[in-house]
Amino acid sequence: MGLAKRIIPCLDVTNGRVVKGVNFLELRDAGDPVEIAKRYDDQGADELTFLDITASSDNRGLILHIIEEVASQVFIPLTVGGGVREVEDVRRLLNAGADKVSINTTAVLNPKVVQDAAARFGSQCIVVAIDAKKVDNQPFEWEVFTHGGRKATGLDAVKWAEYMVSLGAGELLVTSMDRDGTKIGFNNPLNKAISDAVEVPIIASGGVGNLQHLVDGVKEGGADAVLAASIFHYGEYTVKQAKEYMAQHGIEVRL
Amino acid sequence: MSKIDIAVVDYGMGNLRSVSKALEHVAPGKNVAVTSNPDEVASAERVVFPGQGAMPDCIRELDARGLRAAVMDAAKHKPFLGICIGLQMLFEHSEEGNAAGLGLFKGNVKRFAAVDMFDNQGGDKLKVPHMGWNQVYQVCATGSQPHVLWQGIEDGARFYYVHSYYVQPENESIISGYSNYPKRFTCAIAKDNLFAVQFHPEKSANAGLQLLSNFVNWSPKSP
Repeated sequence: MGLAKRIIPCLDVTNGRVVKGVNFLELRDAGDPVEIAKRYDDQGADELTFLDITASSDNRGLILHIIEEVASQVFIPLTVGGGVREVEDVRRLLNAGADKVSINTTAVLNPKVVQDAAARFGSQCIVVAIDAKKVDNQPFEWEVFTHGGRKATGLDAVKWAEYMVSLGAGELLVTSMDRDGTKIGFNNPLNKAISDAVEVPIIASGGVGNLQHLVDGVKEGGADAVLAASIFHYGEYTVKQAKEYMAQHGIEVRL
Repeated sequence: MSKIDIAVVDYGMGNLRSVSKALEHVAPGKNVAVTSNPDEVASAERVVFPGQGAMPDCIRELDARGLRAAVMDAAKHKPFLGICIGLQMLFEHSEEGNAAGLGLFKGNVKRFAAVDMFDNQGGDKLKVPHMGWNQVYQVCATGSQPHVLWQGIEDGARFYYVHSYYVQPENESIISGYSNYPKRFTCAIAKDNLFAVQFHPEKSANAGLQLLSNFVNWSPKSP
């Protein structure tokens, strides 16, 4: 037996609370971040991802307190993203207890931040988040979007993934903006194209509605890890149930 | 200055908060200090030697803080736990940046070779870094018990890894654990007062906390 595929519950955090929306809109309150983190750890989550979606810069410091609190009680890897603009933001999050920091819009606006952060803290803690959408008006299939899916960049998601890895990204979090919040499953062709193009692990994100979607994400999408939010937050499934289902379908997991 | 029970060696390479928090969690009454002061490392009862990033940078920063002698001394004389690059640095040489290590053990640090990175069963591509939870198999000499630091941990328990390089000890008798990716590689070594691991016990949930707890309660015989 070897390396297990990871299940990563994702907590979208704003103003100190976990929320979940559909296509980045209509946010609903899903609870206290520390309590939710502990619950997922107990259920056997392999890692946790926190995305700070706080709009105003006034309340951005809140995420640091949350991470400090979680990191002193939960001993699995923690990834934090959202609002990372400069290398100094990466340092602050790592010092608060994050093991990895995810960079999204800033990677597009200023790729040097990815390069500098990887050089300074090591590739192992730099995740680049890629939000991609299927497009008809480009010579390629999937385009990178920023600002929570609102701004097109003109970049080919697969080429962009290769470029980010060349700058030092140690992992890629690939979110299909067409699928996020829809519960119709991951965009497996997108994930597969990126996974085949790069050497580093990829996390599939966006669209999970049932446990078969997680299996498909690994088998069809070539994902090394699968990320989901709503199916876990609202108690539809526990992480343990998800892992048992994946194991029954021949996927190696940590049980 | 109050006496330091457990010194976590800080040479400026990354985040040591996870390591110190996990140690505090398993040793509530103990004074755990993250320190870059060689005197504090020298006076601590036990020493944890972590590491992140690239090994050549780690060695350079260690020397820049004058920590090499204190770390070498601790590795020879007191309960000592190396983690990740803290394991790799104990060897003679690393392929990463073609750098010299501390040379406490004979052997090299090698990168997972691209030609090997295929799953034996499915033929799927295996990713580098080796990131995630892999099974750790305990190694003990015929007829002897597993090392004290494996106590309470199932053989084959999963630990969290993130690395692209692994150690190849020349002296196989120091090997205390291995994992497969896809080939077998050494993930733990033990000698006298020293234990060192490639995975991250501070991020490995209960199995990791058990190993750290075993370490803080360990009374190795002096060499």
